[in-house]
Formats: sequence, C-alpha cells, structure tokens
Amino acid sequence: MGFQIQGMELFAIGVVMIMFVAVLKGFGILEPMSSFEDSSDSDLELSTVRHQPEGLDQLQVQTKFTKKELQSLYRGFKNECPSGLVDEETFKTIYSQFFPQGDATTYAHFLFNAFDMDRNGSIRFEDFVIGLSVLLRGSVTEKLNWAFNLYDINKDGYITKEEMLAIMKSIYDMMGRYTYPSVRDEAPSEHVDKFFQKMDRNRDGVVTIEEFIETCQKDENIMNSMQLFENVL
Amino acid sequence: MAAGVATWMPFARAAAVGWLPLAQQTMPKPPVDKTSRSDEILFVNVSGLRFQTWKNTLDRYPDTLLGSSEKEFFYNEETQEYFFDRDPEMFRHILNFFRTGKLHYPRHECIQAFEEELAFYGIIPEIIGDCCMEEYRDRKKENQERLAEDTEAENAGDAPLPPDATLRDKLWRAFENPHTSTMALVFYYVTGFFIAVSVIANVVETVPCRPLKGSVKDLPCGEKFSVAFSCLDTACVLIFSCEYLMRLYAAPSRCDFARSVMSVIDVVAILPFYIGLVMPENEEVSGAFVTLRVFRVFRIFKFSRHSQGLRILGCTLQACASELGFLLFSLTMAVIIFATVMFYAEKGTKGTTFSSIPASFWYTIVTMTTLGYGDMVPDSIAGKIFGSICSLSGVLVIALPVPVIVSNFARIYHQNQRADKMRAQQKVRQARIRMAKKGATNAFLQHKEDGGLQGGDSDSTALCVKNRSAFEHQHHHLLQCLEKTTNHEFTDEVTYSEVCMMDSVGFRTSRSTSLSSQQGATTTCCSRRSKRRAIRLANSTVSVSRGSVQELATLHITKTPVGTQYPQSRSNLNARTEDLKLNCDDYTAAIISIPTPPANTPDESLPNSPAIPGILRNSRSSTYNTQETVKISSL
Repeated sequence: MGFQIQGMELFAIGVVMIMFVAVLKGFGILEPMSSFEDSSDSDLELSTVRHQPEGLDQLQVQTKFTKKELQSLYRGFKNECPSGLVDEETFKTIYSQFFPQGDATTYAHFLFNAFDMDRNGSIRFEDFVIGLSVLLRGSVTEKLNWAFNLYDINKDGYITKEEMLAIMKSIYDMMGRYTYPSVRDEAPSEHVDKFFQKMDRNRDGVVTIEEFIETCQKDENIMNSMQLFENVL
Repeated sequence: MAAGVATWMPFARAAAVGWLPLAQQTMPKPPVDKTSRSDEILFVNVSGLRFQTWKNTLDRYPDTLLGSSEKEFFYNEETQEYFFDRDPEMFRHILNFFRTGKLHYPRHECIQAFEEELAFYGIIPEIIGDCCMEEYRDRKKENQERLAEDTEAENAGDAPLPPDATLRDKLWRAFENPHTSTMALVFYYVTGFFIAVSVIANVVETVPCRPLKGSVKDLPCGEKFSVAFSCLDTACVLIFSCEYLMRLYAAPSRCDFARSVMSVIDVVAILPFYIGLVMPENEEVSGAFVTLRVFRVFRIFKFSRHSQGLRILGCTLQACASELGFLLFSLTMAVIIFATVMFYAEKGTKGTTFSSIPASFWYTIVTMTTLGYGDMVPDSIAGKIFGSICSLSGVLVIALPVPVIVSNFARIYHQNQRADKMRAQQKVRQARIRMAKKGATNAFLQHKEDGGLQGGDSDSTALCVKNRSAFEHQHHHLLQCLEKTTNHEFTDEVTYSEVCMMDSVGFRTSRSTSLSSQQGATTTCCSRRSKRRAIRLANSTVSVSRGSVQELATLHITKTPVGTQYPQSRSNLNARTEDLKLNCDDYTAAIISIPTPPANTPDESLPNSPAIPGILRNSRSSTYNTQETVKISSL
C-alpha cells in the first residue's frame, strides 16, 4: 500500500501546522518575520501634552477679571481639565449636561469654534478666559462682535442664510422634543427669515458686521438684555 | 449634577449671550445671587485634624451635609471653623470626593463604618467610582451574608420556647434542634442508626453468599436470607414512615415542608417499598420494580440531616451551579466537535469501533477526562492526531472551572465555620446583655428602695447616692416618670414570681402584714426582698382563684391609689376583686432560667427569703413542670 493521503488526513495535517505556527508565534520565535508591523506595540504611550497658561499678570492685562477671579476660574478649569486643554468632545459633553432634554452637540460645536480663536482644535485657558471676559465684562459692541463671530461659521465676515439656518437649527435642537408648542420643522427657517428681515438692510442676502451692530444698537430689547449676564461671576 | 457642571455654569450662562440677538421675546431677569461671590477658604476640624478647602469645592454638591447650610449647625464661632466629631481618616475620603468628584472606597476600612460616615455626610454610596465599586460590592455582600447568619442564628430555635407552645411546636423544635432535649437526641441517633442499617442491608444483600445445599451457583445473600432482609427492610421503612409523618404533623407550614428537599428525599426513600406492596407480582412489572429498588439507595441522603458536611457540599454545588453549567456546556461542545471529527477520521478504517457519531461520544469523553479505557482506539493517522488533540484539550477544559468551584466551596465552608463560632459567641453576648439589663433594672429598684423617691431620710439618701452618675440620675428620673404615668411600678422577676407562687398555692407569707383573711384566699402580695423594709400596704384585696395550677392565665396587676405615708415597698401588687388567674408557667420557667445573679448589684440578698426561690433557681435543668415546683413550694 502506498502512502495514501486521504481528505481527513490532509485536514489533520493542516490543523497541526496551524497550531504549530501559532505556538511559535506565541513564543516569539517567529519574531523576525513580523518585525515590520508594530512590534514596538503600545507599551510606550506618550502621555498627553500638558499645557500651561500664560502668567497671571499677563492674563490680567488681557482680560477684565481681577486676580482673585482669575484664580478661581483657573482652579475650576484645572480641576476639570488637568491637562490644561479642552478638546471638542469634552466641550460637547460638558455643554450637553446643561441641556439634558435636547441635543446640544451642534451648538456646542459652533460655540467651540467661537472660543477656539486660533483654530487649533482645543481651547486653552487663555481662550476660555478671554472669551469669558468679553462676554461678561466687555462693552456692548464687543459682545455683539462676539455674537457675530459665533454666527459667522466660516469666519469670512458675512453671515449667510445657510449659516444662520444652521445656527438656528442647532439652537432649536437644544430644546428637544418635548416643548410647548411643539417645534415645527419650519420654525428655524421662519426665525431665520425674520432675522434677515430685521438685520439685512441692503437685502443682499448676507449680513455684515456693520449691519448687524447697527441694527442691534437700534433694538432696545437687545441692548437691555446685553446687561443680563454681568453678574455671573 | 456633577462637580464639573457647577464649575462650568458661569461659562454656560456667559455663552448665552450668543442667543440674545436672536431672541424673539424679552429675556427674564437673572436670579439675584445674595451670597458673596468671592471664594474663601473654609476650615473644617474633624476630631482635631484640620482640613482646609475652598468654599466652592464644598458647594459643588449642595445636597450633602457639607455643601448645604446644614454645616452651619457645626460651626464653632470661637475657632471660626466647622467642627465634626467623626473619624478624621474617613473624612479624608469624603473630602476627596468633593475635590475630585469621585468617591473611592478605602479597602482597609470596615464597610459598616464607611457607610455610616457616608450616611452622616449625606453622600449616597452608589456614586462610588468604578475603580472601587466592585470591591465595595463584594465586601458589602460578604457583610450582609454574615449579618444574615447572625440574625438567623438568633432566630434559630435555641431560644427557650414560649410556655404556651403546643405539642406541635415542641415536636418541631425537637426535630430541628436535637440537642435541646434528651428525647430529641435519642430520636436523632435512632433514626441515624436505622438509616445506616438500611443502607448497609441494601449493600450486603447483593453480596454472594455460599450457595444452598445441593446447588452450585453462588447466591446473593439477599436471596438466601430473603426473609431476614425483608423484615429488616420493612422495619426500616416503618420507622422512616413514622418519622416522616411526625415531621409532617409538626411542621409549622406543611406545604413548605412538603416541598423542601429533605422531605422529598424522605418520600423517595420510602416510596419504593409501598409501591412494591401495591404492585402485583407479574413478570413485566417486576422489571420496573427492580428499578424502583434502586431508589432505596437515596436513603443515604437522609444522612444530610445528621451531617453538616453533606449540607455544605450541597450548598456549594448549588452556589456553583453556574460554573458547573459552564463546565458542562463547554464539555458538551468539545465532545460533539471531537466525536464528529473522530468519526469521519476513522470512517475509512475497516472494522472500526467508531460506528457512529454517538458511539464516538464515548471515546471522546473517555479521552478528554484522560481515562483512556482502550475499548475504542483510533487506527488511522488522522484519527490519532485528532485523538491526541482531544486529550490535550480535555485536560484544559476540565481544569478551568474547577478553581472557581473550589473557591466557592472554601468560601461556604468557612462561612459555616464562622456561623458555628458566631452562635457560640452569641450565647455569651446575650447572657452579658441580659446581665447588663438586669443590672440597670436592679439599680433602679435599689434606688427606689433606698428611699430616693420620697426623699425621706436625708441621711440615708446621702449614703445611697454613692457613685451614681448624672446619667443614672436622669435615667431613674425617667423611669419614675413612667411609673407615675402608668400608675404601675417596676419590679423584678423574682419578686413577681414569688408573688405568683404565693398566690397560686394560696401561700401566705408570714412576712406580709395585714392579711385580711376573708373567705377565699385573699393575700397581699408583697415584696419580701429584705427585712429592713416596713411593709405596709393600703387596700390589699387580692382574691385568687383557688383553681388548680393548670388553669393559669395572665396576672392582672392594678394599683389602687397609693396614698400611704409609708415608703413604698418594691412591688406593690394589689389586685382588684376580679378573679386572678396566674400564669405561673412563665415565671417558673423564668426563675429557672435566670443566670446566677450578678455580683455587683447590692440587693441580691435572697438567701433570706425562704428556700423556695433558691431551690427553684438551682433546679435549672429540670423540665418545666409546674407540678414539681408546686410540690416544692408546699414544703
């Protein structure tokens, strides 16, 4: 009888070979073959970069906060973000906690971009505190400037209808589903139309910063409400 | 809300400026924040260890003690700090929770202490961080199990039965706790003996004995001595049946008892016999009958009532049910896989024993458990290769769940050891507690006796004040108030029982003065604790039913207005004219169960009293037979 290899034996031999190779790999004997792949593995994980803010005095110059206020702000900030940087995901999570009923992520995204002035993808303490300074201690014009910056998504100096619609939708998203009266699908665009009617003087379909500020300064309601958040800190 | 949210609140509010130009309606006014906004450092002194923290840190969690205005209750004006008289080590963890927002469980601390601290500071344990949650839960479960054992041990029938226990209760207690009475112990051993006898008989009757005369073949002993064995079997079954019926009768809840494991075992043990009686002696049925006899072997499980080790084993298997299930499942999977493979591998071989896949199951199991009988052996190369893989994997698959089962067994075994120790300790503890209670009561009664109430002799009161603390004074005052409220007086067991003894047998003590001997037994029940008291009683009309001791009900104790000028005796028991029926079972039992009086109470000058209580006290182990005690007292 010759040496007949039947189907099952082939299978058996195949299984044995696979197990052999696996065992060798496990023992690292097959190292040279797989050195190209990530043999260094992830044993070394570079710790996240830590960011230190500018000095207290510099920040005092740049913002309108007192030393104590800056200290208090930093303590809170550092407690929450020990690395000194807030990335967008964390920012979205934090902001969403205030609006449990709705979805605040889109608006948080816009807000993040408004705070992240150097567009590097993370908010440092300086950005944070400068933004807050404008919002809480700035003049009305500065605040309006900031709001315009927020609405102008691509930062080109013009607010288009699409940009405004996106902002409006994100704000309405924060309301969530359970509202009275229910939010209709057309509500954001209607609101946008109203806004443009008010703000767009020359009817060119975009709102510039001058139109915006001019219109807001003429509106009593808006001017009064700008004083609202003076005492937050 | 989490700590972070509170920190970011100013930011969120500031960012709302972005909505202002879009608003269609006027914005509401912001809330006026009256508290000072500037952050300050607070000092918290916990048992001398001074902690400092920002006020903001504590304000993060406003529904805790430290975060709310509740901490103002602990504010110390002079030292300008919050003082807490709690464990400073634990406080560290509490404060860290405020700082980091995560609560950690310190592993070296007692879990009860930790939970108490959390409860004090108003923090719910559920917010323990994930890192420590598992440890916390494990310890908590362990603790609860231990406590459950404690209460179970307390509720176990070691406490003396209430005197109005029916025969049923007594019987049940005798069954459950054989060490409580001699009869129960005897019964316990007898049943154990018969279980052993029955099991041994079952075994022995299959042993081959020397054949009868004239025959060649060896006969099993069961057939040779069939009469003897069947008598033995019948006797055992009768005893088991009696026992089962008695248990059924005595059980407080028959349904639960009938469903319990032990009762099922009992039934299974005796049923074959009765079925055998009922069934006719024809051929086809006797095959089934033989099978039934197998069930007789389950009598051996009746031993689990007698052996704790068996019970532990049973508990363990129950507790490890999931691991065992996993073991079984993985084994089954492996068996099926390997059996299939072996079958197809050996299919080509001529005259192979692997005739089908189910037939290969046997080979696989034998190989995986490394038994290797050798009745089925693969011939082909493929078969041998797979056979070796099979045996190697078998070792692994079986070895994996075993440590889990072993650790479970160890845990349950240790728990049981602990339970036994606990029970022994509990007895000591209870005795000590009882002594302490008695001590307190006696102190109060002594205080009254010493005339502390009426403030009679200033000399005597001065003497008697002795070393009583302010706490004791207040306590005694409280008890006095209660007495005045209810118009009754506190007394102690002995006196009370003496009263009953006297009344039940119409015993008139020579010490009691002013016995109005009217028709029927009218005695005055009075305290006879010490000679130095002048015992005067006001309206003393006690009529005692002269019924036999057996008709005993509760003693009604009422007091007529005590308007005497004499210092009150310790127990002023005046009964109205209604019939008094006494339940002396309580007190006789109570007397007998009193431990030796504590040496520190000064008023245990009982030897003065007639010998009756003394004898009663010494006859501790006697059965609670009122007849006996009555006899003694009539000496």
